[in-house]
Amino acid sequence: MSNIKNLLEARILVLDGAMGTMLQAYAFKEEDFRGTRFQEHHIPLIGNNDLLSITQPKAIYDVHAKYLAAGADIIETNTFSSTTIAMADYALEDVVTELNVASAQIARKAADDFTAKDPSKPRFVAGSIGPTNKTASMSPDVNDPGYRAITFDELKLAYRQQALGLIEGGADILMVETVFDTLNAKAALFAIDELKEELSNTIPVMVSGTITDASGRTLSGQTVEAFLVSISHIDLLSVGFNCALGADQLKPYVQRLSQLSDCFVSAHPNAGLPNAFGEYDQSPEEMCALLEPYMSDQLINIIGGCCGSTPEHIRLIADAAQIYKPRAITQDV
Amino acid sequence: MLPKFINLERLLKMSNSNCLMLSGLEPLIIRPDALFVNVGERTNVTGSRRFLRLIEQDDFETALEIARDQVEGGAQILDVNMDEGMIDGATAMKRFLNLIQAEPDIARIPIMIDSSKWDIIEAGLQVVQGKCVVNSISLKEGEEIFIRQAKSIRRYGAAVIVMAFDENGQADNYDRRIEICKRSYDILVNEVGFPPQDIIFDPNIFPVATGMEEHKTNALDFFKATKWIRENLPHANVSGGVSNVSFSFRGNNTVREAMHASFLYHAIQNGMTMGIVNPTMLEVYDEIPKELLERVEDVLLNRRDDATERLLDFAEQVKGGPKVKSKSDLSWRELPLQERITHSLVKGIDQFVVEDVEEARLAANAPIEVIEGSLMTGMNVVGDLFGSGKMFLPQVVKSARVMKKAVAHLLPFIEAAQSGKPEAAGKILMATVKGDVHDIGKNIVSVVLGCNNYDIIDLGVMVPPERIIETALAENVDVIGLSGLITPSLDEMVFLVKELNKTGHKIPVLIGGATTSRAHTAVKIAPQYDHTVIHVNDASRAVTVVGKLLKPSTHKAYEEAIKTEYEDVRNRFEKRTEHKTYVPLATARASRFQADFKTHPPVIPNQLGIHQLDQDLADLVDYIDWTPFFRSWDLHGHYPEILSDKVVGEQATQLFEDAQIMLRQIIDGKLLQAKAVFGLFKANSNDQDDIEVLSDSKPYFFRTLRQQLLKSKGRPYRALSDYIAPKNSNIQDYMGCFCVSTGFGTAELAKDFEKNNDDYSSIMIKALSDRFAEAFAEFLHKEVRTTYWGYQPDETLTNQDLIKEAYKGIRPAPGYPACPDHLEKETIWELLEVDKRIGVELTESLAMWPAASVSGYYFAHPEATYFGLGKIAKDQVKDFATRKGITLEKATKWLHPNLNY
Repeated sequence: MSNIKNLLEARILVLDGAMGTMLQAYAFKEEDFRGTRFQEHHIPLIGNNDLLSITQPKAIYDVHAKYLAAGADIIETNTFSSTTIAMADYALEDVVTELNVASAQIARKAADDFTAKDPSKPRFVAGSIGPTNKTASMSPDVNDPGYRAITFDELKLAYRQQALGLIEGGADILMVETVFDTLNAKAALFAIDELKEELSNTIPVMVSGTITDASGRTLSGQTVEAFLVSISHIDLLSVGFNCALGADQLKPYVQRLSQLSDCFVSAHPNAGLPNAFGEYDQSPEEMCALLEPYMSDQLINIIGGCCGSTPEHIRLIADAAQIYKPRAITQDV
Repeated sequence: MLPKFINLERLLKMSNSNCLMLSGLEPLIIRPDALFVNVGERTNVTGSRRFLRLIEQDDFETALEIARDQVEGGAQILDVNMDEGMIDGATAMKRFLNLIQAEPDIARIPIMIDSSKWDIIEAGLQVVQGKCVVNSISLKEGEEIFIRQAKSIRRYGAAVIVMAFDENGQADNYDRRIEICKRSYDILVNEVGFPPQDIIFDPNIFPVATGMEEHKTNALDFFKATKWIRENLPHANVSGGVSNVSFSFRGNNTVREAMHASFLYHAIQNGMTMGIVNPTMLEVYDEIPKELLERVEDVLLNRRDDATERLLDFAEQVKGGPKVKSKSDLSWRELPLQERITHSLVKGIDQFVVEDVEEARLAANAPIEVIEGSLMTGMNVVGDLFGSGKMFLPQVVKSARVMKKAVAHLLPFIEAAQSGKPEAAGKILMATVKGDVHDIGKNIVSVVLGCNNYDIIDLGVMVPPERIIETALAENVDVIGLSGLITPSLDEMVFLVKELNKTGHKIPVLIGGATTSRAHTAVKIAPQYDHTVIHVNDASRAVTVVGKLLKPSTHKAYEEAIKTEYEDVRNRFEKRTEHKTYVPLATARASRFQADFKTHPPVIPNQLGIHQLDQDLADLVDYIDWTPFFRSWDLHGHYPEILSDKVVGEQATQLFEDAQIMLRQIIDGKLLQAKAVFGLFKANSNDQDDIEVLSDSKPYFFRTLRQQLLKSKGRPYRALSDYIAPKNSNIQDYMGCFCVSTGFGTAELAKDFEKNNDDYSSIMIKALSDRFAEAFAEFLHKEVRTTYWGYQPDETLTNQDLIKEAYKGIRPAPGYPACPDHLEKETIWELLEVDKRIGVELTESLAMWPAASVSGYYFAHPEATYFGLGKIAKDQVKDFATRKGITLEKATKWLHPNLNY
C-alpha cells in the first residue's frame, strides 16, 4: 500500500465509475434488497443500494470486477450512504458497522483477485464516505436560518463509525467525497484524524468536493479556493471534485484547484448532465474526449467517473490515461 | 513540520513566503506584503454596548446588521465575542454564527472566534465551515491544556492567536514577551505540529500615559517584541487589540484616534499583520496635527521623561478648546482656602498644598478634621470629574499624589494630638483574582484609598483565593477589594465569596473591574455571601463606599440599603429570566375556551351594517373615567377619593377644578368634534382562530391570537375567536367593530397654548381629549348593547358599573392585552372605511391619528371576558404569518413584545 504515492508520481491512476448505474441493470426488487436477513424489516428497503453488500454480495463483487477488468486502479466501496445518519431513513442504523466492513471486504477481495492476476498493476480500495443527507452549515427551514438538522458532534460520531468499519474491512484509502457542505467534510476529517492517531494508522485520505452549478461554488456557498483553504489543515493524499457537473463544465474548477493544491488532484465528473428522464447519455467516447484535456494539460493525478459512467467509459479513460503524464507536484521541504 | 497540503513552492513564487490563509465563503490569503488586515470588532459583547444589549434582548436579527455593517465597512475578518457573565456564551456564539452562515454577504469573510472560555471557542468551531481564527489560547494554565487546545484547534482547521501569557502571568516587558512567544512557538510547531503560518501572536498591547512609571515602555516593548517575532519565529504573524493603548484617554476621542493611528503605523512598520481596531476610532496618520502627533509619539516611543504630562496638557486643549490659564498663572492663589486646596487636588499641583494644609490645620480644632473636611471635599470634586469622564486616569493619580503629600504633612500632628500612632481609617486588602492580570483600576483604587488614610494590603494580580482569604483573616482586614477585567474573573469572584462565607467572617467585599456589573454582582455574587458585597466600578466612588461601610454611624444603614437595592436588582432580573413553559399551538387550540352557544344563542342585531355618528360632547361627560386623567398628571389614586387624599388631594382638587373649567369651554365652544363609525356583521370562527366577518357578502378576516403559556389542567387557552360560534356549528353569529374620535381640533388648540407658553393648558387639552375619546367609546358601546345590536335592551348601569365593566359582552381593542397585534386595525379600517368616513387615519406604525381615538371589536357573548394574551411561541407566529399572508419577518416585527423567544 505504501507505494500508492510513488505510483501516483509515475502515472495517472484510474478510479472506477458509478455503482448505482450498474446496479440498475439488475433490476432488483424489494425482496432482493431484503434477502432472507431483512425479510421482516418493517419499512421498504428497495433503493438502499448499500444494503446489497449484505444481501446481494455477488452482484457488488461483479460490478467491482467489471471496473477492475476495464482498467480501474482504485475501486470505491459500496458505502456512499453507510452512516447512521443516512441509514436512519431505512431504520438500519444498527447494521452500519457491518455494512462498512462487508463492503470493504468485497472490494478488497475483488482488488486482491485482480492484483494476483497481474502484480505489475496493483489495485486499491478506497472506502467511500458520502456527505450524508444532512447539512451542518445550512438550515433546512427557510423560515429559521439559525436552525441546524445535524450537529458537528453527531456527524463526527457517525463518520468515526464508518471510517472504523472501512479500515476494519481492509480499505487502502478513505475517500471523503461528494462534499457539498464543507462543515460535514470537516467533521469527517476530524473523526478520521482522531481515529488515525488512536490506531497509529497512516491510511491516506482523499477529499473530493462538489461544485453544484455554474456559480462555481459548493452547495454551502464556498468558492474553490475557500473550500481548499478550509480543508487544508489535514494531510491529504489528494483533493478533487466529483459529481454534479459533466467533464466540460467541471474543468475550470479542477484547473483552479490544481493551481493552488500541493497534494495530488483527482476528478471524477458525471457522464454529462442528466437528460429529461434523469438519465446520463454521454457516451464513453464523448466523455473520454472531454477528459483528455485534463490529462494533456496535466491537471490531474487521479481520474474516473461519477454518475452515469460505466465500465466502458472507464476502459476508454484508462486507455487514454496511459498516454499522458500525471500532474507534477513538488513535495514540500 | 509544514502542512503538506498547501503548495509552498507555488506560493513562494507568488509571494516569496509562507502565508496565513483563512476562509469564509471566500478565501483570505494574507501575504507578507499584504497591507494591514482589519478585524471588525463591533460584534463583541465586551467591546460594544449596543451589541451586548441586542444579544441580551435576544434581538439577533439586529445584531446581524452590526455584522453586516462591519463587512460593508471593510472588515476582512469578523471578531465575534460572547463573553458576558449574564449570557450563555456557547449558545449565543453558536446561534449567532449559525445565523451568519445564512447571510452570504457576511459569511463571505472569515470569523475570529473570540473567547476566554474553551467551551465557547469549541461551540464556535463546530458551526463554521470556513477556516477561522481562534482568539485566543496561551500557556496561562500550563503546557498540558495549551497543547490539548492547540491540537483540537488544528483538527477543527483554524488558525490561532496566542497570547503572551504563561503560568507566571502576562508578559509585560520585552524580555517576557519574547520568552513566552518563543516557548509557545516551539511547543506548537514541534510538539503539536501546528502550521507556523497559522500562529498569530498577541504580544499584549497595554495602556501608556497612565501616570505609572512602569507603563512608560508598554508601546515600545510591543513594537520591539513584534519585530523580534517576525525575525525569529518563521511565518508567525502578529496581532493585537489596539484600543487598549489609549485607555487612559477615555472620553477624549481626538487624542485616542491619534494614538491608535500612530500606534498602528509603528506596529505595522515593525511587522504587525492584523489587529482589532474600531475604524471609526482611527485618525489618518498623516492627518494628525503635527503638535499632537509629536506628543503622542513621544509617549508611544517613550522619547522623553515628561511625555505623559505634555500629552496630558495638550489633551485638555484639544478637548476643551484653548487653555485659559497658563502654567505661570497663579491667580487661583487669591481664592479662599478651600478652593485653593480643591484646585491643587484637581489640577494635581503639589507645589502649594503643604502651605494650604498648614493654614487649614491652624484653623481647625483637630488636625484630623483637615483630612475629613478640606481634603475630602477636594477629593470628592476629583471623584465627580473622574466619574463623569472629565478627568483622566493619570490626573487622578496625580491628585492622589497631592493628597498623599498633604496627609504626610498632617500625620505628625495627628500623632501628637492623639499621643500615639494615629489609627488608620481601616485596613483594606486589594487583589486581582486568580487568572486575571489586569490591575490598573485596582491600583488606582489602592492609591486613592491609601491617601484617604486607609492601610492597603495589595496582593497584586492572579492571586489564588486561598491566599486572599488567608491574608484577610491573618491581617484582620476591614474590607476586601476584588478586581478583574476578563470574563472568567466573574466566576472566580463568585467562588471566592463562597469560600469566604464558609469561614464565617463578615468582611465586606468590593467588586470592581471592567466586566463586572451591578447586575452580575447582585445576581451571581451577593447571594453566595451572607455579608455585604458591593459593586464599585470607579476609584472615585471607592472612598465614599468604604467610608460609609466602616463608619460606625453609617455602616448598618448602608449595608441594609445595599442589600435592599441588590435584592431589587435580583427580583427584576429573575422576573426577566423566569422560565415559562409554552404549549404548542395545536395543544392550545385543542383546549380552547368552549363558549356555550346553546344556552346563549347569538342575538341578531337590530341594525346590521355600518353606521356613522356625530355626537354632542355634552352627552359624554357622564361617561368620563377620571382616574386615568389623574394618572396622566402623575397623581396616583382613584377618583373621587383622590380629591381628599392626604398627600396629593390638594393638587388633585386644583387640577380637577381647572379641568372642569376647560371642559365647559370645550363643550360650550364646541372646540372638539366627536365622530364615530361602527358596524355590526354576520360572523363565524374557524378552527384556526380566525373570525370571518361578512359585509355586503364580502368576507373579511380577523386573525386572533391564542394564549400559549402553560396553564393548570382544565383551564382554557383563550383566543377572541372562541367567543364567536364556529362555522361548522351551523350557528350564525355576529360581531361588531368601531372607531371613535374626539381628537379633531386638539392639536390646533394645544399648539395655540404652547405659543403662549402655557404648557399646562396644552397638556390639559390633550388629557381631556383622551378622556372624551374613552368616554365616547363607553357611550357608544352602551348604545350598541341597548339599541343598535340590542342584546341588552333593558340594561341600566351607572357610570361606576360601566367602569367596572359590569355589562355583558366586551369591546377589546387591537394593541391591548387580549389582541396585542396592531395589524388587525388595518382590517377594521378597510371594513369600516374609517378614514373615508370619519377621517381617522393609521400611521405607519398603526397608531391612530388624531391621537384621541379608540377602536376595537364588539363581542356579545355573555361568557366573553377580557384576558391577556401573554407571550406566544414561534409556531403561532409562523401560523399567524401564514394565515395573514405576510412574511414571518413582518409578523415577528409586529408581535415582537409578545414573543417568548
